Amino acid sequence: MQAATSVTQRTATAASGNTVNILAFGGDISSASKDAVLGAFHGLQGAPSRILLDFTGVDYINSSGIAIIIQMLLEASKAGTQTIGIFGLTPHFQKVFTMVGINKYAALHKDEIAALAAV
Amino acid sequence: MKNGSSVQVRLPSELGFEKVAMSTAASMAALMGFSEDRIEDLKTAVAEACINAIEHGNQLNSGLTVGVVLSTTDDRLEVKVIDDGAGVNSAPHAPDIDRKMHGEEDPRGMGMFLIQALVDEAEWHKGPPGKSFVRLVIRLDKENE
Repeated sequence: MQAATSVTQRTATAASGNTVNILAFGGDISSASKDAVLGAFHGLQGAPSRILLDFTGVDYINSSGIAIIIQMLLEASKAGTQTIGIFGLTPHFQKVFTMVGINKYAALHKDEIAALAAV
Repeated sequence: MKNGSSVQVRLPSELGFEKVAMSTAASMAALMGFSEDRIEDLKTAVAEACINAIEHGNQLNSGLTVGVVLSTTDDRLEVKVIDDGAGVNSAPHAPDIDRKMHGEEDPRGMGMFLIQALVDEAEWHKGPPGKSFVRLVIRLDKENE
């Protein structure tokens, strides 16, 4: 009964001139999202040093989904990714992500423009 | 909405159905005049309570249901989420993101913390099967705090 998670991958050029991988999520981020989220991360070519996670298209996030994002951050850290940013969260989920401390390991940005200016 | 109104919902013990309780709670809170950000807080708290009841209380047993009882007074909305489990033994604890990021703490286990942080009152009651519940309350007088 859990709704599916979609992930699309694209690249963009940051204000710094660096290439950034963007993983854009859609649908629900829940316990059923593990394969979609971690699979998309594992599918990135090489060991990208800059990744942005786009939540603009996400309808629903629960604590199990947040745990999968934390697991992805952990794997990215081990893989040597230098910068991970997050954008597109609603104000409520910006608050929730801050409450659980994710902002310590992934900067939260209002939108893609702000995120690309920062990485 | 009349003071003392009550709505009951029974959810299958299947993940995803927590959204039915979320929507119901959001509708009742909106009728009472709660602000959009408080309603978002309530939705997350109710979803987490239902997920815990489905996963841990009823252990995803399709033969069991989760009861959700929403009751209003003039200034408060109470949500009880009832399951057939033995109740929780531990108190909510704040997640330690550093330990999670070092693989020293399960990335999961944030539900009770979020529930307690997002509503005005949260109590977990242990009981016999069908009687364990978590009780959540949001109050209108907390709207501007």
